[in-house]
This record gives sequence, C-alpha cells and structure tokens, in this order.
Amino acid sequence: MNRHTVAEITANKIRGGVGEGRTHDSAHKHVTGEAIYIDDMPEPAGTLHAYLGLSTVAHGKIVAMDLSEVEAAPGVVAVLTARDIPGMNDISATGANDEPILADSLVQFLGQPIFAVVAETREQARRACQKAKVEYEELPAIIEPEQADPVNPRLVTKPMVLRRGDARAAIEKAPRRLTGRMNVGGQDHFYLEGHIALAVPGEDMDVLVYSSTQHPSEVQHMVAHALGVPSHAVTIEVRRMGGGFGGKETQANMFATVAAIAAKKLNRPVKIRPDRDDDMTATGKRHDFIIDYDVGFDDEGRILGADFTYAARCGYAADLSGAVTDRALFHCDNTYFYPAVHAAAKPLYTNTVSNTAFRGFGGPQGIVGAERVIEEIAYALGKDPLEIRKLNFYGTTDRNVTPHHQTVEDNIIHRIVEELEADCRYRERREEIAAFNAKSPIVKRGIALTPVKFGISFTATQYNQAGALVHVYTDGSVHLNHGGTEMGQGLNQKVAQVVAEEFQIDIDRVKITATTTGKVPNTSATAASSGSDLNGMAALNAARQIKNRLIDFASEKHGVPKDQIVFLPNRVRIGNQEVGFNDLIREAYMARVQLSAAGFYKTPKIHWDREKGEGHPFYYFAYGAACSEVSVDTLTGEYLVERVDILHDVGRSLNPALDKGQVEGGFVQGMGWLTTEELVWDEKGRLMTHAPSTYKIPLASDRPKVFNVKLAEWSQNAEPTVYRSKAVGEPPFVLGISVLHAISDAVASVAGHRICPRLDAPATPERVLMAVERLRVAAR
Amino acid sequence: MTTPSESPVRRELRFLLNDRQIALSSVRPDQTLLDFLRLDQRLRGTKEGCAEGDCGACTVLVGRLDGDTISYETVNSCIRFVGSLDGCHVVTVEHLKRPDGSLHPVQQALVDHHGSQCGFCTPGFVMALYGLWMNDPHPTVEAIEKALQGNLCRCTGYEPIVKAALAISSYGSPEEDPLFQERSQVVAALRAIRDGRRVEVGEGQDRFIVPASADDLAAVLEELPGARIVAGSTDVGLWVTKFMRNIAPVVFIGGIDELRGISLDAEKRELTIGALTSYTDAKAVLAEHIPAFAQLIDRIGGEQVRNMGTIGGNIANGSPIGDTPPALIALNARLTLRKGATRRTIPLEDFFIAYGKQDRQPGEFVEAIHVPLPDADTHFAAWKVSKRRDEDISALLGAFAMKLGDDGAVQSIRIAYGGMAATPKRAKAVEAALQGKPWTEETVEAALSAYDADFTPISDMRASAEYRMLAAKNLLRRFHLHTTQGTTPLTVTRYEAA
Repeated sequence: MNRHTVAEITANKIRGGVGEGRTHDSAHKHVTGEAIYIDDMPEPAGTLHAYLGLSTVAHGKIVAMDLSEVEAAPGVVAVLTARDIPGMNDISATGANDEPILADSLVQFLGQPIFAVVAETREQARRACQKAKVEYEELPAIIEPEQADPVNPRLVTKPMVLRRGDARAAIEKAPRRLTGRMNVGGQDHFYLEGHIALAVPGEDMDVLVYSSTQHPSEVQHMVAHALGVPSHAVTIEVRRMGGGFGGKETQANMFATVAAIAAKKLNRPVKIRPDRDDDMTATGKRHDFIIDYDVGFDDEGRILGADFTYAARCGYAADLSGAVTDRALFHCDNTYFYPAVHAAAKPLYTNTVSNTAFRGFGGPQGIVGAERVIEEIAYALGKDPLEIRKLNFYGTTDRNVTPHHQTVEDNIIHRIVEELEADCRYRERREEIAAFNAKSPIVKRGIALTPVKFGISFTATQYNQAGALVHVYTDGSVHLNHGGTEMGQGLNQKVAQVVAEEFQIDIDRVKITATTTGKVPNTSATAASSGSDLNGMAALNAARQIKNRLIDFASEKHGVPKDQIVFLPNRVRIGNQEVGFNDLIREAYMARVQLSAAGFYKTPKIHWDREKGEGHPFYYFAYGAACSEVSVDTLTGEYLVERVDILHDVGRSLNPALDKGQVEGGFVQGMGWLTTEELVWDEKGRLMTHAPSTYKIPLASDRPKVFNVKLAEWSQNAEPTVYRSKAVGEPPFVLGISVLHAISDAVASVAGHRICPRLDAPATPERVLMAVERLRVAAR
Repeated sequence: MTTPSESPVRRELRFLLNDRQIALSSVRPDQTLLDFLRLDQRLRGTKEGCAEGDCGACTVLVGRLDGDTISYETVNSCIRFVGSLDGCHVVTVEHLKRPDGSLHPVQQALVDHHGSQCGFCTPGFVMALYGLWMNDPHPTVEAIEKALQGNLCRCTGYEPIVKAALAISSYGSPEEDPLFQERSQVVAALRAIRDGRRVEVGEGQDRFIVPASADDLAAVLEELPGARIVAGSTDVGLWVTKFMRNIAPVVFIGGIDELRGISLDAEKRELTIGALTSYTDAKAVLAEHIPAFAQLIDRIGGEQVRNMGTIGGNIANGSPIGDTPPALIALNARLTLRKGATRRTIPLEDFFIAYGKQDRQPGEFVEAIHVPLPDADTHFAAWKVSKRRDEDISALLGAFAMKLGDDGAVQSIRIAYGGMAATPKRAKAVEAALQGKPWTEETVEAALSAYDADFTPISDMRASAEYRMLAAKNLLRRFHLHTTQGTTPLTVTRYEAA
C-alpha cells in the first residue's frame, strides 16, 4: 500500500475521504502474513529472551527461593528478582503502589510473577523457570467474592456511591417491590496475539521498547520508574496489536518493564513473550460482579426507586478497578429513568489476578443489572419485558436525569427501538415462538429485544485529550502520527480519512506510522471507545494548522482573498486558477512555509466530582438495540442463536464498513461473555480455564444463524465531534445481553413465563439446564 | 526403490516447503513445525496463538501422496512435529501471493469483505479457507463453518469471514491455482523422497524414527518397546508445548499408509478401521454406514485436528473424554493390537483398565478397530454435550445401541459414556434395568436410578458432577424420544439437513 501513484487532479471526489467504507489499511498485509507484529520483527543481533517464573500459591510469604538450578540451566544468562529492579518495583496504573513487577516477599495470587529468567533462547528461559525451588508460608486466601467479609470486606480502592432522591423511601412507598441477586462472570480478553515486548538498549540511560500496548505513554512512564530514569530516556513504539480489548491497557506494563530492566542490565536486546497459559493466568480480566438489587415499582411496571450494590472481584491490586466499578454504577440505569436511586460499588480484594479494563469497562456489568431488574418486573407483572423497557425509557424533555445528575440531552432510544421492533417483526415473532413452544416439549425458543445507552468519555477527565503530528513533505505526501494505537479497530484508517478529507487528497498520499512516544507525548490509552473521537480531532487540528498556513501563503502570493482559496480533490482553487496540491506544497516549501504541525484536542463540556457523585462525565451517549432469538434444548441446556437484528447508532460514520465490523464483532464478543466464556478458579486459586482448550470464545458456528446489522444512518452526533461521528468500540458489546435475555425467555417458557429464571451469567448449558430444572420444580 | 548400495536407513528427513526441498539430518524429535517455520526458516506469516491446536492462527497446509495425487489438508503447525513430515509438502501463507504481487482469490475475498481486523488470526483463516476452497470450491455455509471450527477470531464476529468464504470462487477457480497446476511435479518430487527406507534422525535416546511400513513399525517397537508412538500428535503435541515433557525417542507413524483407511467386510457386515485413519477420512466412510457416528465426528476438535488426529490415537491414549470410544463401545467394537508378528483382538471396552492405564504391552501397537455395522433394526445414537457446541472437549458423551423385540421390549442394549468415569465406560446397571422391559417412558424413568450404580462423575471446569449426572440421564430420555417420537425437534440444530 501507499504506492506512489499519480494524483488525479480532475477528480470530483478524493479516494478515501470521510464516510467512505474503506477496507482496513493493513488488510492486504493481514491476508498475506506480511503485517508485522512484534514477534515477527527481525531480532537485533544478540537478542536474549526472558520468561517469567510464577507463584504456585494464591497467598503466601516467600520463605526461601533457591534459583541456583535456574541459573545453571543451559543458555541462562541472568535471573532477575525484585532486588534487580533499579528503580521502583511498581506498575500500578493509578499510583496505588500495590502492584509489584516481581513479588518481593509476599505473593498475593497464584500465577504472580516472582522472578524472570533471561536466556539465549525463549525455550531455554522457559525450561529454566521450571527448576526454581520456592518455599512459601501459605496464608489464608480469598478466592471467590463470596468469601469476602460480608460486613467489612477488604477493598482495593475507595468505592463510589451515586444517589439521587431518596431511594429507600421511594422503594418502601412503592406499590410493589422486589429484591434479588445476580452473578455475572468475568471474561478473558483472548486477544489472538498474546502479550509481548522487545527492549533494545541505547546509549546513556536510553531504551527503546516495542510493546504490544494500548497505552504507550503509561508503559513509558512505568519503564522509566522501574529503571529510575527520566521519561525522556524511554521510547515506546507500537505499530499494531493483534487485538487488545482493554487487556493491553495496563497489562503490558509487566512485560515491557521486565524486558527493559533485563536489556539495560545486560546491555543486550531482550524479548519477552509468555505462553498463552501464562498470559491468561498472570494478566487481569474483566471483573465478575455480584449485583444486588432492591427496586420499587408501580402496577404498570414503572420504576419508582432502585437500589443497587455492585460487588466486583478485583483481585489483589487496584489496577483500574476504581474506574471500572465507577463505570458500572454510571451504567446501572442503561436507558431507564429512576426517579430515586442509590447505587454503591464494592471493589473487593481477592487473592486472584488483578482484574482490569475490558471493552465496556464495567459498563456492561452495570447494564446487565439494570436489565435484570426490568426482567424481574416484567415477570412479576406478567408483561412482555419490552413493554417494561419502553415504559421506563428516559424522556427527551423530562425524566431525563441520570443517577449521576447528568441530563441526557441526545436521547434517540425511542426511535432506535421502534425502528428495530418493526424491522425485525418482534411482536409477530413473539407470537410465532409461543405457538412453536406450545407444540415443542423439548426445544424451546425465546426472544428478547434489549437497548443500550453508553456514556462516551473517560470518566477520569484528564484522559480526554489527544495529540497528533502531521508532516507534509515537499512531494505532497503526508506523514501522519497520533497518540492512538491500532489493535484492529481501524483507528489509523479512520484518522487518515479525516486528514485526507481535510487536505482533499487521496488517502494513499497519507502514510500511517507507528505510534511512538517520541512523536506524540503524554497520550491517553486507546480505550473507552475514544480513539477516533480524540485522535481524529487532534489530527484534524494539525492538518488544519498546515492548511491555514497554505491558505495564508496562497492568498498573499496570488493576491486572492482567503475565502476564494478552496481545497478541491488533489488540487487547490486559488481565485480563478487551479493548482495541484503537490505543486502548492512545493511552492510553499520554497517560500519557507512550515509544513509540519502538532495537533491537539481536549473534549469540551465534561466535568466530574466523584466525591459528590455529580457532574457531566460524558460528552454524549451512543445508542443501539438488538433483538435476539434462540432455541434451547431443555434436556441438556444446549442452545443456538437463531437470529439477531441490530440497529446501532454511530452518528455520522467516518467509515461505515469499519464501524459495522465493530458492531458485529462487539456483539459476538458480548454474547460470548454471557454464554460460553467461563472463568473457573479451583479452591487453591488456580485458574482452570487458561487456554482455548478450556476457555471457550465463540466460533463461526456460534454466530447468529441470521445476523442483520444496520447502522442508524439518520443519526448524527448532537455534539460537534469529528464530522459528527460517534464512538463505536464498546457500546455494541452490550448488545450481547439480548442473547442472555432470549435464553432466559426460552427457559421461562417451561413455567409459563410466570417465574423469572434469574439466569446467572455466563449462561453455560449447565446453568441453563439447572434453571430449567429449577423452574420446572417451582411451577409444579 | 532402495538400491543395493544404499543403507536401509535414511538419516535425513526430507520434505517440501512451499517451492523448496528441505533436507534435515539434525532435528529434534520434539521440534514443532511452527517453531521450525518461524525461528529456523524465518517465515513469520504463520502465527502462534495458543500452542495447543485450538486457535488455528498457525494453520498451514500439509500435502501427502494419495494415490496419483496429493491430498492437501489443513493442520495446526504448533503441535505438528517436523519429524512427521517426511515426504510431505508444507504450504504456508507466504506461498499464496502471486509473483506479480497480486493477491490469491482467498486473500482478495477476505480483503474485499472486511474479513480482517487485528489481522493476527488472518493468515490462519486464509489457510483454512484455502484448504476448503481447493476441495470444495462452492461450499455451503455449513461446510464453511465446519472448515472454520478450528479457527478463532476475536475481532470480527466471523460474519465477514463467512461472506468472504462464500465469494472466493468468484475470484478464481482451484484449477488455476499453482497447487493444482504444479501437482504432477510435486507428486514426482514427493515420490522421489519416499524411497521406501526407514528414516532415523538423532542419536541414542534423543532420536526419532519414521518406519517405512507396518512391519517395519513392528520391528522398531520390538527393538525400542519404550518409544513414544506418535501419529496425529493432537495430544502428544501438548505434552511438549505445554508441559515441556521429554518425549524421545519417538516413532512417527502417521505416514504408514497400510494402517490408514477403512475396509468393509460385506459378509460379516463389519468395518475395519485402520488405526491411522484420520477423523476426516473416517467421517467420509462412516457417513455412508453409520450416519449418527459421522455426525459425532464433526464435533471433534476443529478441521485441523480432525485432519491430523487418528481413530487409533483417540483410543490408544486412553482418555476418559475421548469422543470415539463410547460410540465404538456401544457398537461392540473390537480392537486388534500387534506386537512383532503377534496379533490379538479384544473387545474395545476391555482395553480401558483405569485412568491412564490401558491393556497395551510395551512394544505393542493399536493396529485396527473392527466395528460391526448396526442392523437396520438397531437404533444407534451418540450425543456429545459440551460448553461450546463445536471444537470443545466433552463434558459428557453418551452412546446408545439398542434392538427391540417384536413385542416392543428391549432385546439388547449397549450404553456407553465418556466424561462420566475415569475411563470410557458402559452403563451396565442401566442396561440391566432396561433389558427385557417394554421400551416405554415408564421403563426409562425407572431405569434412571441405576445411573448411581454405574457412575460417580467428578466436578471440574467443564461441568459439575450434578450436571453430568442429570444430562447423562436426559440423554437416555432423549434416546427414548428419538426412537419413539415423530417430528418435534429433540435437539437444537444449526443445519436443517442434520
């Protein structure tokens, strides 16, 4: 790609402008195997390989550690322990200082890294790790959240509380009330490319680290702290990741710091790549939650007051658990108005790996709780859950204040749901399914239509900023760099489309380059669905600066007013004449016009007071809805997703093809979370589902048999985002909830839809069958 | 082809890699094909996603001589040993792009349909779809989904990949493909490699042997009774990649054609399945004779594992959750084991003694499985229950073979389960509770309590003991409905024809 092509200076439209459904910029390289991931890079001469030694107990003091056989093993060059870390032995993302790179005297989960072996080959390093002799004095371990002290549990971070109105009084006064509990499991990211880092030592204090990370700046800071050097000595580069999904937001720190410490100590390049089992055991996952709810409602099904407690298994350290549990509370409303509400988080300490960011970041767990409440009310009143949903939707002019006191100003959920409901024939199909079930004693069908409203912006306000660097070379070709990272979502392509559009040049004139902390500093993680919103705007800002200089130059040189200088496809109209873009660039260079600019963007309008639980943390909301139909085998609990219809809001899409890919992929990942993806720890704290043989993400044959996905083409962002587009990474993940509810609907049919199945997630065939049994017994 | 001057043993492994011949006189018995490609050959289009044959990112094609032609099959290079490749043609993703730089039809279809996002799984999908397209240029959605059971994608949700797969043939036909056009040269090259000699590489304990024939295998094992026999390596591969176990010395038997294939004795109404028959090859024959068994095979592993794994291996490794033994035991299969020139044939169910213990002597190997064909009036069914429908390991698996008398009573019944005990095991108490009774719902319900006498299943990450027991009983209920009911669906099916 990016072959040198002759620009068409008579075209009436550029190739690759905003709104065009271009393929992913690396698609050709993906299919040929030529796309380079870190493990594919040619290793610099002398590269060594590191491997981590992991603890074998969940909680214990290290009494003795004999690594002599490790050191003597073939090929071993060095063995590193906590004492070999020149700077701070900490990689906690929020500065909690609770997450050592290598455990020193105390281990707090089974699988925690305690030493690193550096050898000539990866296999030698890996084999040597097995020779360690570590003695522990085991301490009592809390593995499951249920084991936490019910009264005064140990927390990893200060929890948030949201309150609006007097929820307790509203619930007690309500004509009807119900309480319940839901367990919703965690999720492994299962990025296909596991964690990896390659550190190359430089002169002085310098080190260059190639890291598979969504957050190069944080890795830079962690490496600097670990080495005890200024950040300027550390450069982090990432061209692409083989998937991230949040799993490489903070979790890359471990591998990058170990590689960098070893590289500087030995003055040789060092690469580290854990095996899949170790990657899954030693890195954090989506938080599993126990959600308690207490809700008061009227006889129509209108919610009057709601009280939620969201308890999360956080693992042994804070990591991002504060922000994750915050986001769960921010989404305990989903699309529903609670006249009075109280919601509290419990970020529980457990002796398991420290859980972390995962697409949705607590939001999906928050929404699962809200949808369970809707379902409970529907069964209590004998109504269709969709009716209860609609009854409780946020209004557009009233009933529109969230539990965190933000007014919902852009609500389009009514139109989304109405269109989808009609389009997918929800009502007719519900009747058809009832008729089918009446005649089918074993296989039962179920259907559910669930909505999503998802808040867009980092709730940590300072992260809502971005930078970009744009150079225009004298031949008119453009070098684009920004602080976002590419993990498959097509961010680079979207940002390049924005730059191409602004300059009105074909996209093959815009070169997308690896993200590096040396070009754009102090970046935020590519997370919270924010990649295009933030980096697109920063790149637009950079391009506009250069464009304005070109306009100034052309205006002055040709004596034409600025408003008569128009950028047309691959050319510029200056008064009555047209000049090729490349020619204008050359002229500008000759006239010593600066053809490079650093762009910047910060999201307006947002503010948040966590202590008070009030503010405007989200710039806007993204909306969508999905309708799923399943069939369930009531003898084994096995099920099949028969059909899914989705209508999703991405505002005015920068690239509808890539956005649709995010919606489809997000949906299937969300479905996997709630169906077959089950994390199981044994009583000793060992993760038993640590590889694809035991941890089951969806296959091609699990995707909906019929899968209709539409973008709401009429939607545009109410806020002036980049070309009025909306974020797309996380919101469609939540649509997978419709599958859980469709399964629940099928299960409920065995008891005449009179009992809420209270299906926990993931709804494995086992949980489904047990729910069927439970309902059959209860219905007798 | 051995000339008198040549030693009967070749000390060099030979195979084709894309357009080159590879000759290795020094290669470890546990060297995986993936590491060989990535580390030795620096062919880094093939990726490691899991190193256990479950994600498909490392998929390559392996072509083997098959009569006058070559069968190209997808395999997981992460658990395939280099030593098993003698006389094969390995094709990697690097081989696909045309000399002029244009993309292969499979690749172009994936690009045009947005079939890649992060791209890490993509080369594996390219190879999986390449393998499918060569054998089935106009596949159904069902065929595509089956071909992709062994490939995980975490980004796309698969929809665009399946759409691309449906469109490949509009970009070109397999007949124009180099692997088709150059087939006669490749056949000749592979024939030249297969010189009829035993291959032996390495020294002492740290060596591997590729026997030239079944007789040669018997001779090798008499000499080295403790050697590790490796066929498809879908299990032993993990001993190396996950547990770093030393497996040497190794005898790679996957290339012994005499032990591959199924023959039908029409008079005895019996199939004899060579131990090295792959799941894929077995399925093709079983579909004709025992369709319910064939359907079960579609749910074993992914396509790559079915191409590599063998029926003999599934039995010989003695796993309590192997998928074919319960079905074979229900069908009253027998097993022939060979040691030197001596053969013995035993009921298959007697082969499994205890967890990790089978009735196989040192130096003995599984040669063939004999499967009596069910009569027209025998009801046979086998059902696997797993967390994920495809490419998952059984939580449990139940197999049933029953004959009813003219009076509607159970004349004979054999029931066997996997995942319910330390070995694949018959439900003899349940059988006894059904034997001679009228085949009614009441009889079935009354027999359910007998499960407690037969099984005490364990709880693990795949299922709880409680679920295993309940689902096991429900499979008997399903079998009853299956044999007595009309048209209402008894199980969820993705494919209408199934």
